[in-house]
Amino acid sequence: MSTTEFEARLRAALHPVEPPEDFVVRLERGLVELHELATDELEAWELRAMRDPRNWARPAAAAVVGAGAGAALVVLRVRGRHRRRRAQAGNVLDLAERTVRDLADEARRLLPGGD
Amino acid sequence: MPDPQPLSKPELNRSFSELYRTHLRDVYSYAYYRVGNHHDAEDLTEQTFLQAYRHYERALRESNGRPLRPWLIRIAHNLAANYYRDRARRPESAIEDAAVISAPHTTETLVEGREELGQILTGVQQLPDDRREALIMRFALGMDNREIARALGRSDGATKVLLHRAIKQLEGIVGGNGSGPEAKQRQEDEP
Repeated sequence: MSTTEFEARLRAALHPVEPPEDFVVRLERGLVELHELATDELEAWELRAMRDPRNWARPAAAAVVGAGAGAALVVLRVRGRHRRRRAQAGNVLDLAERTVRDLADEARRLLPGGD
Repeated sequence: MPDPQPLSKPELNRSFSELYRTHLRDVYSYAYYRVGNHHDAEDLTEQTFLQAYRHYERALRESNGRPLRPWLIRIAHNLAANYYRDRARRPESAIEDAAVISAPHTTETLVEGREELGQILTGVQQLPDDRREALIMRFALGMDNREIARALGRSDGATKVLLHRAIKQLEGIVGGNGSGPEAKQRQEDEP
């Protein structure tokens, strides 16, 4: 058998393998979750940055608009945690209570002198 | 020359999705032939894409527009090396299931029988790691010498030699004279 023939057989033996369908679904779900985690981290960083007065220059314009960038960030952050609260909550009332508590905690953290 | 404009987050995500869609089968095929079973191939593929996601922005910046497949396969290659080191084992001697061998081949006319395919696959598993990897990249993934060289961190010339020797050794194994002590000695004598 010539080397060319052998290579053709090798190519046939080592044909590409399709990943199983259920694995692809699992993998894609994992990647999306990772992306969401990264987004959450970015939001947390924005929140921390807002507590440093040196970072207030850019959102100052937003503050002038009305509610202010801080409030917007509170909403953003609280909304980001909504899914986790939903998973933890026993019912709708419990979920609403958790959301209000989370909003208050988040706002407190942003206020001057907050932890 | 100034650095190219960095991509925005949505652009980066779109670009990564494209890379994932284009090369999922490559990474999976590489992993499968490397570890020999679907279960570990899934683990390896998942870890490869998670790691790729974490370092994608930098890889994109440093690639200067070159294809990222060798980078992706290199991640899988490094993870596979850790996999064997951690578990202190070699790839399984035979590819796990008959599905690979009995799967419909477009080149069926070229292959005389399942037995021969099985012999070739078993022979591939008997090769030294670097030769086996080079063959998987060339024949299962269709990578050219330059891509393989980048994935293995070798020069183009060294990769060409590696592939040539891998094919010769495999021919010997399949022909029935490549896995004995003389063949091993021959392989050790090679520079």
